[in-house]
Amino acid sequence: MSSEPLLRVENLKTQFFTETGTVRAVDGISFEVYEGEIVGLVGESGAGKSVASMSLLRLVESPGEIVGGTIEYKGETIFDLEEGPDGELREHPDMLSESEMRERIRGREIAVIFQDPMESLNPVFTVGGQLREFIEINRELPKDEAKAEAVRMLREVGIPDPEDRYEEYPHQFSGGMRQRVLIAMALACEPNLIIADEPTTALDVTVEGQILDLVDDLQDRYDTSFIWVTHDMGVVAEICDRVNVMYLGEVVEQAPVDELFYDTKHPYTSALLDSMPRPDRTVDELEPIEGVMPEAINPPSGCRFHPRCPDAREVCTRVHPENLEVDQAEGYPHRAACVKHDVFDVGYDESVPLEKGDEAETRVGETGSDENVDSTVEEGQASTDGGKANEANQTNRSPNRDGGESRP
Amino acid sequence: MATTESQLDDQEPGAAEGGSVDEEVETRVGWRYTLAKVKRDATARIGLYIVAFVIFIAAFAAIDSNLSRLTFDTMSDYTAAQAIPFFDHPTRIPPPGEAHPNEPPVFVDGGSLSHPLGTDPQGRDYFTRIIYGSQVSVSVGLASTAIGLIGGTIIGSIAGYYGGWIDDLLMRSVETVYAIPPLVLIIVFTVFISGGSPDIQYAVIGVGIAFIPVFARIIRSRVLSVREMDYIEAARAAGVKDRNIIRRHVIPNSFAPVMVYATLQIGVTILIVAGLSFLGYGAQPPTPDWGEMLRIAHGRYMHSNIWLSIWPGLAILVTIMGFNLFGDGLQDALDPRIEN
Repeated sequence: MSSEPLLRVENLKTQFFTETGTVRAVDGISFEVYEGEIVGLVGESGAGKSVASMSLLRLVESPGEIVGGTIEYKGETIFDLEEGPDGELREHPDMLSESEMRERIRGREIAVIFQDPMESLNPVFTVGGQLREFIEINRELPKDEAKAEAVRMLREVGIPDPEDRYEEYPHQFSGGMRQRVLIAMALACEPNLIIADEPTTALDVTVEGQILDLVDDLQDRYDTSFIWVTHDMGVVAEICDRVNVMYLGEVVEQAPVDELFYDTKHPYTSALLDSMPRPDRTVDELEPIEGVMPEAINPPSGCRFHPRCPDAREVCTRVHPENLEVDQAEGYPHRAACVKHDVFDVGYDESVPLEKGDEAETRVGETGSDENVDSTVEEGQASTDGGKANEANQTNRSPNRDGGESRP
Repeated sequence: MATTESQLDDQEPGAAEGGSVDEEVETRVGWRYTLAKVKRDATARIGLYIVAFVIFIAAFAAIDSNLSRLTFDTMSDYTAAQAIPFFDHPTRIPPPGEAHPNEPPVFVDGGSLSHPLGTDPQGRDYFTRIIYGSQVSVSVGLASTAIGLIGGTIIGSIAGYYGGWIDDLLMRSVETVYAIPPLVLIIVFTVFISGGSPDIQYAVIGVGIAFIPVFARIIRSRVLSVREMDYIEAARAAGVKDRNIIRRHVIPNSFAPVMVYATLQIGVTILIVAGLSFLGYGAQPPTPDWGEMLRIAHGRYMHSNIWLSIWPGLAILVTIMGFNLFGDGLQDALDPRIEN
């Protein structure tokens, strides 16, 4: 697809300023969503997927704040910063105001389906009443038309007897039915983009399958784009066109879905794939990913995945890899943030592999070195903005800056 | 299951008409369900009946004061002039020492059926005054609780929803009020706003304001958990204004514990206003307020005619007990963990 993307996110950074430190929940992610495609945002718990998706609507709550990057939707600026006259960063004048966001973007252009259908409907009002109110607000229809539309939407998402169910309360619906209602609500204003934040995680597998079919079907009919946030690679395989794999606030791999599954370029993605059963491979035992994701307050130096990475070498503790294009597939770039690929040219092949025992030690030694992390982050920013030609040079610089960090 | 069926049947015609019928259905289903649960509990049922009885008497009773006969008719002149606390009325206080002979109740020697509960020192029928006292008490209880409830709901929901400095500002100022002993606060406030001539409407406002902090704290604590619910986030993501989120989503979901507290509070405010009247800071003669009647009765007449103290005391006791039993029952009914 060559046309302008529907949504373009560049170097988005969202941080939470807590008492124990700054949590870099989203740390410089970039991706695009084109019209009519389903883009996956995949990662473990705590990778920053949900914060990233809420940032797109500028709905990050205090103490969280979007501190950098650009979000453009249909040529309009949802978020952008510019340098003020005194060198301070300030909001770009083109940026949509809060009331414009509320009246034009949220609900009308970009809708959200939340994770837990049990919690996402107000228990004190009828399902139909809520759907009708939502349509009334966002489409400015009179009450009776809004109601007819609400009933039509309920039928559309496969709720039997929509006229009767319209008058029922959320607790009278099953989980799958409620998720259908939420989908109806999201679709009701015919938005161009729907952010689905783990919408099937709380459902059992058979219902999940039905919901995925429904979304597929509705997507064909309405031509809506989706950002599908999930941790489930199975869902990704079923529904997504392109995938962004997130780890600790960063996108570590970005590729069309088939390419991602059959030509995996990042060890984290491989680890995710190995940790779940796949119908196309027979294994005796699944391999879980070792350890847990580190805190985003003090991310590990170098590559953030290196303490858990089976392929980690000494160089990984020093060099922070950006998400560079390592291949092409189906007209889209295949990006991966792993120094083992040739484009990085930082001496991965010559580097000494890390041993299990050393990893813990390396991490302990390096947490706390904020300075080092900062510098690598800045580099990442610089190179994503710049062209591809000098990528290698930029990454080459990191070892010099981080000289003090090398292992004994 | 049967309820669901019948609900659906009820809603069939409403659905065809659409629109305004929906809200009615929503509230009716909710209230009917809650009331049914209240009625299932014996003590709560007694409370409900007492409350219903007192409110019924207060709303519809009109008494021919000469015959002291209860009629459920249009309100007499007596009502308009003297029973409703917010009316202007002439004051008729006998000069000190010039006591009227007062009759004892009918079952005591010297009593007569024309004045079943006897007469007061001014020679007015005591039964009539007790009955009209219910109007004063019920309107006082409802009005001052409403002031506290509305004020507390607005302050508490705004503070809880926005958090941060708004929360600090609102809650700290409200807690300043909370720190002062309520009776002292109410008396000072009542005297202050009444400009030195206390009357019952000032007492009502004073009591209402004094209880804003309690309501604000209760609703804020609920709002703090409700605002984290996904449906609030969903409403924000759908572009609903904060004001409408508070009105449509936050308050309805935070309201149950406040409703219970308000029901209990009605009894408490009746008691406090009666106490204020007893101390002379509330209803003034000749308003037939139970507390004011006690004030007249307790001094010189305590020994000569104890019945003057007993009747208003009993009336206060029964009314407050009714509201408290009903409140407790409502609390149980609204608590989903208690299934009877």
